[in-house]
Amino acid sequence: MNEVATVAGAETGPFEIRDYLRLELMPHFMCPGCGHGIALRALLWAVHELGIEKDKLAVVSGIGCSGRVGAYIDANTFHTTHGRPLAFATGLKLARPDLTVVVISGDGDSLAIGGNHLIHACRRNLDMTLLMLNNEVYGMTGGQVSPTTSEHRLTTTTPTGNVEPVFDACRLAAASGASFVGREVTLQAPALKNLVKKAIAHNGFSFVEVMSDCTEIYGRKNDLGESPEMILSQKADMRPEAFGNVADQPFRPHRLATGVFAELDRPEYGAVYRAQPAFRKG
Amino acid sequence: MSEQLTPLHGNHACALGAIAAGCRFFGGYPITPSSEIAERMSRELPKVGGVFIQMEDEIASMAAIIGASMGGTRSMTATSGPGFSLMQENLGYAAIAEVPCVIINVMRGGPSTGMPTRPAQGDILQARWGTHGDHPIIVLTPASVQEVYDETIRAFELAEKLRVPVVVMYDQIIAHLLEGVKMRDADAPLVERKWAGSEADYKPFATGDDLVPAMARPGDGHRVHTTGLTHNEAGFPTQHPETVDRVTRRLLDKLDRHRAEIEKFEAVDTDDADILVVTFGISARAARRAVRIARAEGIKAGLFRPLTMWPFPEEALRAAAKGAKAVLVPEMNAGQLSWQLERVLRDGTPIVSQGKIDGQPITPDEIVARLREIRGS
Repeated sequence: MNEVATVAGAETGPFEIRDYLRLELMPHFMCPGCGHGIALRALLWAVHELGIEKDKLAVVSGIGCSGRVGAYIDANTFHTTHGRPLAFATGLKLARPDLTVVVISGDGDSLAIGGNHLIHACRRNLDMTLLMLNNEVYGMTGGQVSPTTSEHRLTTTTPTGNVEPVFDACRLAAASGASFVGREVTLQAPALKNLVKKAIAHNGFSFVEVMSDCTEIYGRKNDLGESPEMILSQKADMRPEAFGNVADQPFRPHRLATGVFAELDRPEYGAVYRAQPAFRKG
Repeated sequence: MSEQLTPLHGNHACALGAIAAGCRFFGGYPITPSSEIAERMSRELPKVGGVFIQMEDEIASMAAIIGASMGGTRSMTATSGPGFSLMQENLGYAAIAEVPCVIINVMRGGPSTGMPTRPAQGDILQARWGTHGDHPIIVLTPASVQEVYDETIRAFELAEKLRVPVVVMYDQIIAHLLEGVKMRDADAPLVERKWAGSEADYKPFATGDDLVPAMARPGDGHRVHTTGLTHNEAGFPTQHPETVDRVTRRLLDKLDRHRAEIEKFEAVDTDDADILVVTFGISARAARRAVRIARAEGIKAGLFRPLTMWPFPEEALRAAAKGAKAVLVPEMNAGQLSWQLERVLRDGTPIVSQGKIDGQPITPDEIVARLREIRGS
């Protein structure tokens, strides 16, 4: 039984983001126009509407711009090592099933250095939620190519344009066994909040890809305009329909789909482990 | 203590020592010659309400035990050289974030894949400096199955008390030796971590004279931030030079402040020794016999054996070496401990390295032969 679901209907009053932030750390470090702030707000809004106590919320993050987002949350926050937040979170959640565990990671953190941890976290189906903030670039290190950088785009390590195909992270997560998979853009914050809410309430491993925008580095380098233009074009690029047949999809997806792609009732790892005949409640 | 001896393999003694020490989480990855620890933990942990998980690699194993420990559970992993190399990244995280955890490294021949089923003692410098940057770490080197059991328990006690990663290192021979072990009583008291209470002005990395910060347990209301970035006493990242210097020095001074309880060693016939043999682990067992044989021949030999390799028991070694005309260092590597002794004994005493790197244990006869040579020279 998922602890979160039991309080999902609680009357929690209007959402005030300040109630969930470490205001003493303001101003935050994010660049003007960065989509990570919208993702942060969506997460906190979802936490609020689900009635999750801040004391019982654990936010685990990796390295990069996404990794620094967690520190602003007034909760139990763990800023770990590059690519490894899911592995840290796995130990934390198994030791403390009473905590709601949310992992914040980026496209490089989750798909490059942390790719192995991602697929195994999906496969195990331990009850936690991964928010992968995909801004298509290594922003913190100055704008290098990432596994989700769109084709032909310029980065500091693809001076004549990216020649590598991109990962479709949702399909990777679904194929690896994640029992909840979804993607959303930051243009519609309530839709993103609702997706994150569903993901956290889901009993099992939830993967949410948030299409974020790196205006200052990636946008500037590729002449993609200011944040509003980037967010609007992201929305225009998305296909708000379900995945469809994998065979029908191009290997290099220029237009990614948004919405919920997988919502499966699979046995949750922690519950299965503790249901072993040998297991004695400590 | 029960007086009865239980026959155990080294790796099983390690697992049972961990359970006795209150370990309730194990994350690991199979690797020879340590795998029996994981196998035994997978059977023992569910019986006591603990969790075993086989992770996707050693990087993840190290991360998982740190995650479990940050949640408040005593946790451990076990590996051998190649896996220990992969663990160095997150070992540094445990050191700077001050997360108690225990790492078992059953040493085998190296470098790289080396000789998976052959013993070696070649990881002692890696254990000290394997992760980047200045950092505190404790390394224990038991030499028998009983000591594997006892030192694994002590590793948990030191880790919890001092909020530091503790590595227990022994080799493939001890791992698979079958010896009698005096087990600890099931109701023996456990050393508790210093937990944060309800103090209003609590700062997660502020300390008193013991230099050990009280840890916030998630859910207890402190809602602290834990990071591998250099952080101030409040736990948040800083690059302010004075703060960085202060918090990093405190981190490094922490173990010095507790040296007396961390350091452990054995000194045999060192008072009048002309030749001091210094070694550890399985090699020390051969050395102990070699010293007896040499004494019977009239060679005044003694043995100094660190059970705590890091921080190295420097004063105790200098005391044991006082009056010795030479120091012999038999070890199953190309001279790592010998190199360390050159730093500690700066009095001109000749230090003779007897490094053996052929995958075979050092025998008492080999050590005696070197003792005879040294006496003759």
